[in-house]
Amino acid sequence: MSENSLAIRKFSDLANPTRFLALAARVLPWLAVLTVLFFAVGLWLSFTTEGDYQQGETVRIMYVHVPAAWLSMMCYTVMAISALGTLVWRHPLADVSAKAAAPIGASFTFLALVTGSLWGKPMWGTWWVWDARLTSVFVLFLMYLGLIALNRAMEDPARSARVSAVLVLVGFVNIPIIKFSVEWWNTLHQPASVMRLGGPTIDPEFLWPLMVMAIAFTLLFFSLHIAAMRNEIWRRRVTSLRRQAARNAGRESLAP
Amino acid sequence: MIALFFRDLKLSVRAGGGAMIGVLFFMTIVAVIPFGVGPDLNLLARIGPAILWIGALLASLLGLDRLFQAEREDGSLDLLLMQETPLLLTVFVKCAAHWAATGLPLVVASPFLGLFMNMNELAIGATMLTLLAGTPAITFIGAVGAAVAVALPRGGLLVSILVLPLAVPVLIFGVSAVYAAIQDPAPFLPPFMILVAITLFFAVIGPVAAAAALRHSAD
Repeated sequence: MSENSLAIRKFSDLANPTRFLALAARVLPWLAVLTVLFFAVGLWLSFTTEGDYQQGETVRIMYVHVPAAWLSMMCYTVMAISALGTLVWRHPLADVSAKAAAPIGASFTFLALVTGSLWGKPMWGTWWVWDARLTSVFVLFLMYLGLIALNRAMEDPARSARVSAVLVLVGFVNIPIIKFSVEWWNTLHQPASVMRLGGPTIDPEFLWPLMVMAIAFTLLFFSLHIAAMRNEIWRRRVTSLRRQAARNAGRESLAP
Repeated sequence: MIALFFRDLKLSVRAGGGAMIGVLFFMTIVAVIPFGVGPDLNLLARIGPAILWIGALLASLLGLDRLFQAEREDGSLDLLLMQETPLLLTVFVKCAAHWAATGLPLVVASPFLGLFMNMNELAIGATMLTLLAGTPAITFIGAVGAAVAVALPRGGLLVSILVLPLAVPVLIFGVSAVYAAIQDPAPFLPPFMILVAITLFFAVIGPVAAAAALRHSAD
């Protein structure tokens, strides 16, 4: 049949955790090597390029801050897609993906907040302002933490996955708010300068390290995500094996 | 559906329902603020609308975890899930009843607390109007959190943590509408319209998501 159905079949092949684990074992080393490579190049670029004539050396913070902020939003998007996968297609790995992504997303958001505030102290003269972009990213951070808390509060992973999927989808309202907050409210945080209509407005001198770092961060996210999913599958298997062992142990002690 | 509305209303207003607790909590929060910031009447008048809004937000979070939990405990939640009317509508009616029992008293109480805060008539009226328009949104957002946490033994605090970040826009536009009404150059209508839009938006999204969460958390 068409190419589309082949893609769907490949996708549902992954529903088998063993197949996913095999794929992860094959892909993960390559991803890790690529990540390290891109990070090496990116860091080398970001330390060797010239500093900005106004911002000086602090401009280098941007090479971490901007990719981390992008990734914090992309991670939530991945979680929202996984939530759709849980609720609509009942894909068995979708809830593993959503659960594994939450702590990673929280870390990236935290990194973006910390680096932003480190940059804000010399540039804006303050660690924190209640600006629209900063506030909405902080709300995103709180939502990540709330989702992690919810995932931990329930014992049955299948049920907690479906319930938190609903919440992830409701919380997705925040993502467009973050993206456009700098355009809707005229605030301290500068508007988008890379991904905009009419091409980026920053100098190639800064654009190159930024792009390489962005690719490195994306690769880092995917390798961490796949590793976390693998760990989550293993954790569930260990739990069920333990349960099995406990049940058998009970039976043996009862037997005469 | 009308019967369900009145049943929920009666249950929450009568003894043990806890509808009046919310108002009491609201009054306590507002009464505590002057102890914290000092009894300077000018300052209180300036921050009064914001205090009233924050108090109302916290007070309406207070009773949210009971929205579906009582039904789950006595088993009537399963009946609500099984009946033929769409669950969406049931959830909507339950939210409306919850708002009438806990949100509406807050709106009614706000002018009196506004007097304590030394606010002028215009500010009191604007606060009351924005609370009337904004508190339903908090209830609808809270319904999602309540439905998510219904299966948890101690879900009360978790509901607040999950709901508060989503309720931030309501607070922002509610307070900014009040300040726009008091201070002359800023127009009152745009933030107020956005507040109403948020309420209508969550009136659709909230019951849909809450119904989905209830379906999935039923075992």
